[in-house]
Amino acid sequence: MRWMWIDRIVEHDPGVQLVAIKNTSLAEEHLHDHLPARGDTPAIPVMPASLIVEGMAQTSGIMVGAVNDFQEKVVLAKVSKAEFAADILPGMTLRYTATMDRIDAAGAVTRGTVEARTNDPNPGGDVWQQIGRINLMFSHVDQNMAGLEFPEENFVFGENFKAIWGASGLVV
Amino acid sequence: MLMTKDDIFGKVSEVLEEALGCDDDEITPNASLVADLGAESIDFLDIVFRLEKAFGTPEKPFKIDQGELFPENVMDNADWVQDGKFTDSGMDMLRERMPHIDFTAFDSDREVMKVGDLITVQSLATFVSLKLEAEAG
Repeated sequence: MRWMWIDRIVEHDPGVQLVAIKNTSLAEEHLHDHLPARGDTPAIPVMPASLIVEGMAQTSGIMVGAVNDFQEKVVLAKVSKAEFAADILPGMTLRYTATMDRIDAAGAVTRGTVEARTNDPNPGGDVWQQIGRINLMFSHVDQNMAGLEFPEENFVFGENFKAIWGASGLVV
Repeated sequence: MLMTKDDIFGKVSEVLEEALGCDDDEITPNASLVADLGAESIDFLDIVFRLEKAFGTPEKPFKIDQGELFPENVMDNADWVQDGKFTDSGMDMLRERMPHIDFTAFDSDREVMKVGDLITVQSLATFVSLKLEAEAG
């Protein structure tokens, strides 16, 4: 399994906003452990909220990294707020919209909304519905952990990231 | 118009409530950010960001430089720190660079590891007051 919790970047306004989508699928192994069948209770596959936070961290983190051409190591430092109003079930599409609140040498603060397609079969009934808000803080780790040694290569923006970024169609 | 000390304290309290996720009744003037309110190192970056936003305007930004709230790299300086304790010149440096903190009780202890505990809600409010006064000239 690869640690990729967004499937595609669909919009990017550099330094301002980045939008990504994720499709949930019953082929994802973790959904079968969350929550598994117990006794007479059947399994209830729902996407763990912690992984929705990770999806937003990847969306926001790419937006933050892009500002400095992915030269800085952008590390999630704090989940300032994470609120959810609904469960995400297999087959649903999530849309993460990350907005930059501030960015400087030390790090960045982002705000984000999570929406899900309602999967309403009626004509015009299928719309995006906001199901969560996730605000995060990132650290430019080389600037803030002076004295601690990190590998020179950028371990944050590695192969997985390049696959998502390359597939977005936004890179010229 | 200058803000009153109460206005500043109120805004600082709001910042701390949001940054540290604590209740308003925990935020008393003498509460230590680290020891009482559970602040970790990354929270200080968050607090600085939020203070800049709370007290700045687009016309008049309120910018807190790294190391301004708390001096950096003090441990590496043998003139200031010896055997894990601040020397006399180390204490002078702290008083000069951190006028928002009351070092009276700390003078008999001087243990480097405990200096973080001295940052209280009141000292943060004083820090903001002094900075706003300095900027107003």
